Amino acid sequence: MACPGCGAAIAMRLLLKGLGEKAIFAIPACCWTIIAGPFPYTALKVPVLHTAFETGGAVASGIRAALDMKGDTETRVVTWAGDGGTFDIGLQALSGAAERNEDILYVCYDNEAYMNTGVQSSSATPYGAWTTTTPVPTAKRSRKKDIIGILAAHGIPYAATASIAYPEDLICKVRKAVSIRGTRFLHIYATCPTGWKAPSETSVRLARLAVRTRIFPLYEVEDGERFTITLEPDLCGIDEYCKAQGRFHHLGPEDMKRIQEDVDRNWRRLNVLAGKC
Amino acid sequence: MRRVLEGSFAVSHAVELARVGVISAYPITPQTHIVELLAEFVASGRMNAKYLRVESEFSAMAAVIGSASCGVRSFTATSSHGLALMHELLHWTSGARLPIVMAEVNRALGPGWNIWADQTDSLSQRDTGWIQLYCENVQEVFDTMLVAYKLAETVSLPVMVAMDAFFLSHTCEPMDLLSQSDVDGFLPPWRPVEILDTTDPKSFHSLSPPDYYMEFRHKIQRAMEEALAAYVEIDAEYGRRFGRSYGICEVVPAEEGARSSMALVTTGSVTGTARAALAELAREGKKVDLVKLKLFRPFPQEEIRKVLAPYSRVAVLDRNLSFGSGGIFAQEIRAALGGLEHRPVVYSFVAGLGGRDITPETIASVVDRAVREACPADILWVDLRE
Repeated sequence: MACPGCGAAIAMRLLLKGLGEKAIFAIPACCWTIIAGPFPYTALKVPVLHTAFETGGAVASGIRAALDMKGDTETRVVTWAGDGGTFDIGLQALSGAAERNEDILYVCYDNEAYMNTGVQSSSATPYGAWTTTTPVPTAKRSRKKDIIGILAAHGIPYAATASIAYPEDLICKVRKAVSIRGTRFLHIYATCPTGWKAPSETSVRLARLAVRTRIFPLYEVEDGERFTITLEPDLCGIDEYCKAQGRFHHLGPEDMKRIQEDVDRNWRRLNVLAGKC
Repeated sequence: MRRVLEGSFAVSHAVELARVGVISAYPITPQTHIVELLAEFVASGRMNAKYLRVESEFSAMAAVIGSASCGVRSFTATSSHGLALMHELLHWTSGARLPIVMAEVNRALGPGWNIWADQTDSLSQRDTGWIQLYCENVQEVFDTMLVAYKLAETVSLPVMVAMDAFFLSHTCEPMDLLSQSDVDGFLPPWRPVEILDTTDPKSFHSLSPPDYYMEFRHKIQRAMEEALAAYVEIDAEYGRRFGRSYGICEVVPAEEGARSSMALVTTGSVTGTARAALAELAREGKKVDLVKLKLFRPFPQEEIRKVLAPYSRVAVLDRNLSFGSGGIFAQEIRAALGGLEHRPVVYSFVAGLGGRDITPETIASVVDRAVREACPADILWVDLRE
């Protein structure tokens, strides 16, 4: 039920590879509300509770509490939410769960806009991107929210970024997350060719470019303070990444310069946090 | 065991005795005492439950949606703005057929800020698919909580137990607290049919196209209809076991064995005042029967017709208001009586909004006006300053 080239479909497959079947999923409104299949079908072999948009952190907390009451500490509770349900409308419930250090794995697959409703801007949408609510010439004028920074500030035991273009890294991080108790947060970069105006066959290539150009660095944060970069980027310059996507076609040299400066600043900051300079 | 308890603590004790497994809590006046005592019960180890201290009422309801979906008996409590914030999830709970019980302390909605009694909060959730039971006193609050769990789990619908701010939540009254074995005999463990289970993985609440959605809604309506008979049966069983039952509504005739020509319909704690006021009026020769309505959703249309049709005048006292329409109980009663050939004139009195006192004198003035005015206005305001 996904669009051709859907990064979120790949992300789910990789997550489940790392996770196994002993997990219960809470899925707030997102593309996966559709991808999972309509009643009476399901595309997943794990139990799923579809739930309201802003409830990911809280519903998972309730499931965890109930399982604990039943003496089941083995089953993992997973929230699987999009960027709208995580960065925006679900941030409060997620923050509440993180503050309580609920024993849940919260996974945000980030396609950088409200894609299910037709490409509207979210606070995960990057600077300069076209969406239907940030049309040219008023493309998005603010930066993407630093969601890992927000989660790390809660001091949760584990927060990490991952990408559909790096399956081994992603699965390693899932397995590491599963081995830890408390609130764990995975931020998975999941290309949306439909919303990004890119050919479907470029989905994984774009995700890889985002990592290699430091637009979406792969790293993890333990206990809110130990930052580790898990993959060294090898490319400088965002041109190829931006030019491959219709959502950035309108950008002029000034915009490109600003995006590059942001990328460089974030990379320097991350290196400082990781103790590399 | 006889105890003196405030209404809030009566709820907490009922939750403990019901062996609730998951409690979610967020503070709002005047609900807070309920979850404070439960926090102590859980912290001291007296109660074996998970206590989720969530960051909003919205998450309070979301959390029990999660826990009840795993088949664990769940509870939360709220009031006023907290209930309004939950609105979306109230629909979700009934649509998900989860037997969650929530204590709802009736409090006015702002602005301006007002923490006092007013039923508009719960009544404006009437279309969310929650069973709604209103309580007159502390004993009734306690008893209704236990009936609520059995009812919820019988028909797979959530139940809201409504109690007036301060008049019940913060007022201490002598009451009879049941023993754990008594409650266990009445309320067996919940046996859910469908739960989240990794050994039998299912997806709940998936996209439901027009081909299916309407049948789901029809089933909720059927469950609501079944809830009427289920409530009567469970309430009666409670009565057989413990000597107290409340019925859908209670009729208190002004004169034993006779029916007066006028009835006053009340809900909630004001009923206690009305009992005393109407008894006094009866002594003065003004005979008005009291009809206390307890069950609001499902709305007991047949019972209302049976009870109220014989009167020539029915005065409904509403501590609530639907703007542009009127007192909410009065509306529903008018609608229920509408199809009858001979029906009483229904007087819609709006009184006591935002906790303004409804005194015995208020009740007497309501009765006087209903006697005087043959063709009442749509809304009759009580004690309104011009």
